[in-house]
Amino acid sequence: MIGQVLQLARRSVIRTIRQPANWITPLIFPLALMAVNTGGLHAATSLPGFPTDSFLAFFIAFPFIQGALFATVNAGVDLARDIQTGFLNRLALTPMQSPALLIGHLGGVIVMGFVQAAWYLAVALVIGVRLESGVAGALVLFLLAVLIVLAFGSFGALAALRTGSTEAVHSLFPVFFVFLFISSMNLPRNLIETDWFRTAASLNPVSYLIEAIRSLVITGWNWEALGLGFSIAIVMSIVGLTLSSLALRTRMART
Amino acid sequence: MRATLSVARAVGWRMLHNNLTTPSLLIPGLAFPLFFFTAFAGGLSRVNEIPGFRFPVGYTAFQFVFVLLQSAAFAGVFTGFGIVRDFETGFMRRLMLAAPDRRGIVLGYAFGALGRWTITASMLTAVALIAGMDVGGNGVDLFALYALAVLVNAVGLLWSAGIAMRFRTLQAAPLMQLPIFLSLFFAPVFVPLALLAGWLQVIAHLNPVTLLLEAGRSLIAGAPVHVGYAFLVALLLVTGFSVWAVRGLRKAEAAGS
Repeated sequence: MIGQVLQLARRSVIRTIRQPANWITPLIFPLALMAVNTGGLHAATSLPGFPTDSFLAFFIAFPFIQGALFATVNAGVDLARDIQTGFLNRLALTPMQSPALLIGHLGGVIVMGFVQAAWYLAVALVIGVRLESGVAGALVLFLLAVLIVLAFGSFGALAALRTGSTEAVHSLFPVFFVFLFISSMNLPRNLIETDWFRTAASLNPVSYLIEAIRSLVITGWNWEALGLGFSIAIVMSIVGLTLSSLALRTRMART
Repeated sequence: MRATLSVARAVGWRMLHNNLTTPSLLIPGLAFPLFFFTAFAGGLSRVNEIPGFRFPVGYTAFQFVFVLLQSAAFAGVFTGFGIVRDFETGFMRRLMLAAPDRRGIVLGYAFGALGRWTITASMLTAVALIAGMDVGGNGVDLFALYALAVLVNAVGLLWSAGIAMRFRTLQAAPLMQLPIFLSLFFAPVFVPLALLAGWLQVIAHLNPVTLLLEAGRSLIAGAPVHVGYAFLVALLLVTGFSVWAVRGLRKAEAAGS
């Protein structure tokens, strides 16, 4: 089983590397958006109650989440393509175990998530962001970033397994994007003036994922923010993996 | 001239019909500007209180102008995707054979882009007014604001048409969107020019979109500034990109597409 998982994870990573658009976009685009938003909103740090005097430090959580979205959609599309091209059908004829397929596939996503997190953190350090939580905080940040990739990745896999369509998985991206934008991405929730937006951001789990990463950078060890962030990432992972396993069972039975 | 307009009307109507009858084309074009508007105007309204931020009609109107111009540019770009689709399906080949004046094809796509954006702009304006947007400008100011957006729509279409006619594949889609996306976002999107960070302020100063955006915002506020310059720049861009699009058409003709 471990051998099967490793084989499929390796295939997933190599496949991503062979499609430059799939790894260049998640590495560059979130940082470009971060640069634009930071340049445009740095004056927001002068708002009373803003938690830091560096908008860059405040906003550094954004690329981690957006990168996770990119990785998720790309991986989901790859899995959907496997279904469309009949690869999954052929795999079903081999002694490959179903859980190995899912774990192997998500293993590849996690490797990409890890590479992305390392890149974002390196860029952040080079441009002057300092983690208040120190080196240990960087390790926790890595763990959380990878967990977030797993959580989102499991939903990408679910979409691929349920629909078997690359187009349907692509259409998930705008949905994820809505979750990202209607969150505390640009301002802390207590500084969001519009009531409905603040309520939506408070109900949005992505806000807590962002705030957990942000807390490691600008606050230090905020156990409440970290607890909420990790809990949400873990619950999302469990729900996503459970539903994906069920979808995989149905998909394999169909084939 | 009559032949050109006849082709343009047919192509424009077809684009509009396709857009209205295909939900996968219609919905994103409507949803994304509304989404950006709610995310920016709703989530960032407190930005209005930043020291040095002075916009008399409020942050909703400030963001409305950006989203209006953005939607205009992207309606043009999305129509460019339709041009590529016409190449990929072979429709363009038949269209070129049938059209007595092929410049009408480009003009027709421009009509299609304008029709597409008109629907989005109507929806966006209605949502902004329902959300309580203040408007300081009079009828003439607002007419000028929408006229400016029409020119931005033409710029978006002509740029993407030039790319579409040269590459004739959807793989060139990033080339159509990315320059437009970057030029829009390297402008004073969230705050006025004076409040941007140093490096972004330098880029924004050189970016013609800044002039269009500032003129548009001054029009909605009812205190027009640099409007003449903005129209001049917009017209120059339309002229330049018209040449770019027509030369692209000639390249497509030469390639036998």
